[in-house]
Amino acid sequence: MTKAIEFNVNGARRAVAAEASTPLIYVLRNDLKLKGTRFGCGQGVCGCCTVLLDGRGIQSCNTPVSAAEGRDVTTIEGLASGAVFHPLQQAFIEEQAGQCGYCLTGIIMGAVALLKRNPSPTDAQIRSELDIHLCRCGTYDRILRAIRRASQQKNKTKAG
Amino acid sequence: MTTPSLPPNLARNSRLDRWVAIRPDGVVEIRTGKVEIGQGITSTLAQIAAEELDVDYTRIRMIPADTGRSPNEGVTAGSRSTVESGNALRQACAEVRHAFLEAVARRLGVGIDELFIRDGTIHRRASNESATYWELSQEVDLARDADGGATPKRADQLTLVGNSLPRIDLPDKVIGSGVYVHDLELPGMLHGRVLRPPAYRAVLQAFDSRSVEAMAGVLAVVRNGRFIGVVAEREEQAVAAAAALAKCAIWHEPADLPDVDELTAYLQSLPSKQMVLTEKGMPPEAGVRTVSATYSRPFLAHASIGPSCAVARSQDGTIEIWSQSQSIYPTRKDIATTLGITLDAITLHHVQGAGCYGHNGADDAALDAALLARAVEGRPVRLQWSHEDELAWSPYGPAMVVAMAGSIDGAGRIVDWRHELWSNPHIARPGLQESPSLLAAWHLDRPFAQPPGIDALPGGKPASQRNAVPIYDFAHQKVVHHLLDRLPVRTGTLRAIGGFINTFAIECFIDEFAHSVGVDAVELRLNHLSDERAIAVIKAARERSGLASNRQRNGSRGMGLGFARYSNEASYAAIVVEVDVGETINVMRAVAAVDCGRTINPDGVANQVEGGVVQAVSWVLKEQVRFDRTRITTRTWDDYPILRFTEAPPVDTIIIDRPDQPSLGMGEAVAGPTAAAIANAVFDAIGLRVRDLPLTRERMMVAINQS
Repeated sequence: MTKAIEFNVNGARRAVAAEASTPLIYVLRNDLKLKGTRFGCGQGVCGCCTVLLDGRGIQSCNTPVSAAEGRDVTTIEGLASGAVFHPLQQAFIEEQAGQCGYCLTGIIMGAVALLKRNPSPTDAQIRSELDIHLCRCGTYDRILRAIRRASQQKNKTKAG
Repeated sequence: MTTPSLPPNLARNSRLDRWVAIRPDGVVEIRTGKVEIGQGITSTLAQIAAEELDVDYTRIRMIPADTGRSPNEGVTAGSRSTVESGNALRQACAEVRHAFLEAVARRLGVGIDELFIRDGTIHRRASNESATYWELSQEVDLARDADGGATPKRADQLTLVGNSLPRIDLPDKVIGSGVYVHDLELPGMLHGRVLRPPAYRAVLQAFDSRSVEAMAGVLAVVRNGRFIGVVAEREEQAVAAAAALAKCAIWHEPADLPDVDELTAYLQSLPSKQMVLTEKGMPPEAGVRTVSATYSRPFLAHASIGPSCAVARSQDGTIEIWSQSQSIYPTRKDIATTLGITLDAITLHHVQGAGCYGHNGADDAALDAALLARAVEGRPVRLQWSHEDELAWSPYGPAMVVAMAGSIDGAGRIVDWRHELWSNPHIARPGLQESPSLLAAWHLDRPFAQPPGIDALPGGKPASQRNAVPIYDFAHQKVVHHLLDRLPVRTGTLRAIGGFINTFAIECFIDEFAHSVGVDAVELRLNHLSDERAIAVIKAARERSGLASNRQRNGSRGMGLGFARYSNEASYAAIVVEVDVGETINVMRAVAAVDCGRTINPDGVANQVEGGVVQAVSWVLKEQVRFDRTRITTRTWDDYPILRFTEAPPVDTIIIDRPDQPSLGMGEAVAGPTAAAIANAVFDAIGLRVRDLPLTRERMMVAINQS
């Protein structure tokens, strides 16, 4: 049954009218017009649709919107502050990490969650923590470099 | 006086304003018929345009292609875009630049050689007089044909080309802007889904959709023959309705597919047309050593990360379609034929999709969307395939077989070289054959026949034969193509097309020759090459990687090399990989040495090389479309795994720049060499030769049992 579901998206309270079982991704993309979350497989196994739910990475294609009720959802649109890119977004540009780019927003969200848990991951940890994320264009190594760069810069800023 | 010859794509679209518009606000609009499919072509072309116009790169706006205004450049394929569109744009921009110089020269009453341009401002050397493109944009008329009256810059005049400028599309992609066709949002837009038959030739025996028509949000159920689709208000409603539709249909599925595990025998048993591609020299009386081997690859899926998508609106007899198609003009033609309307009634706009590596479901989705949109006149319909259909219904790169034989003499000369390949026609793209090459067209109540496929674009070289004729100097060689009819599995072009398996076979076979007489496989290559650029990339890859037959051995590790000049006329690539062979094969690292002539953007080339290597590693180690006798069975990432983060090797790329040589496409050049390098490295590691792809654990076990 359709009902009003309220949750926080990128820091703002939002209410949507949708079936409780509706996958979160459709609500984000179609009701809230946040198109940066990409649909990949619909089975939660490719990582394209990753968003943060209370700071943890989840796959929004197989998470019902009801699971987000009253909680905090962060999407790719919530990372940049105004015209200033998030350090991870900046690092992806500096490393030119991407081709078609379809996987990138999911990977960046996965990387945000990773760096939150572990600010200085090793290369092996970056690879294994992000192993759910598929990139058919084969830019994995650039993505690795971008995450490493963002991690190092963040730690440098903290140290300074 | 003869008219200087224009680049072909400029000759076909000769009006300068078709390519370039200088805006009074300081922006330069560039139109191209080539489309961004993730390869970075719009950035490459922007860089070429900025170079020839002498404007800052950031002033360039690449206008997405559409059938209303963009130059018609056919298909974006074959690693031809930098050559075709790049050359056209280079000449067009040179002529535009010249037109502005002439205008300023007239205004100031000076010669052109007294002027120079810096970021769109034309300065006179002898004074501080100047004028800008933007001031003159209304005065200089670009509504005229290119005439070859200006010459693009020489290599020593280049300032931007050759630099690693950032991709223009990346910022929008990392912030999550709505850059893809999937993200389009039109007023009143509805959502569509299609229910495909369970098998290629399944017959619909019974269908009753009344229960679905009553579902929440459903506006239309479309059924035309065995094309079945649904349009709903909300996306999740369309998804649910499509799932419910599957239960409304009863199908008969013929068991008409071959044995997926016996494809080599199957392909070799089919009737074929035999063509001799090259035959030279006399076969030797007797070589010291005679070697033969048969190689194969399975059907391969594009396996795009995002499902095919399109948006269409049918209104007042016209249809407007937004599509990720690589071929907006030809696809429009096939849609018009299918719908029985004129070309003029259809406008196709290109919008980016998820990565595209050949002829995938993009064009099919455009027709699907149009068919659904006709059921809800006036309202746009956004149609998206399911991931399962993406894997099961997109055209596959064809399965192919190559049988090699030959002999080598005591002096290490290969004196006899025979290469036989079995392949169906690779090209099934829209717009090239009489009958539409669009999936839904074959499923309609009055169906169009699935066209037989062609193996060469008009004026082009056959796709399956790419790289079949060796670049090596062999005293006697014979290459035969057994051209098969269309296969019972839907096929189309996939990155590197026939070049992949032909190069895999050639480069493995050279190693097999070397092993048979105990010589170094790289030296054997070098001894049969006279092309200096080929020799240079092989030596560079060998040196950087530390590949040498006398190097320190390391247990389960092995190294191997593969080389090709893609299609014998595009980029050169030599790849060395190091593998670790345990339960499965792990590619630890790759070194790529490439020569793509004049390098426009070194980082763009490196990106294509890295991605090409990683994708080829994925094909070689993991990928195989599987089916039973009725259905495709690889429909999810579990059934059709691709290379993951933890499995992807780092790629060290060396670019041998040749500023004085024409630029050559890079996107497909590394696939074949990478595949051979892996198989050669596996042999180096454990002495096992695996010739049938993919090199899975099961295949290795089979090879062990056969050896």
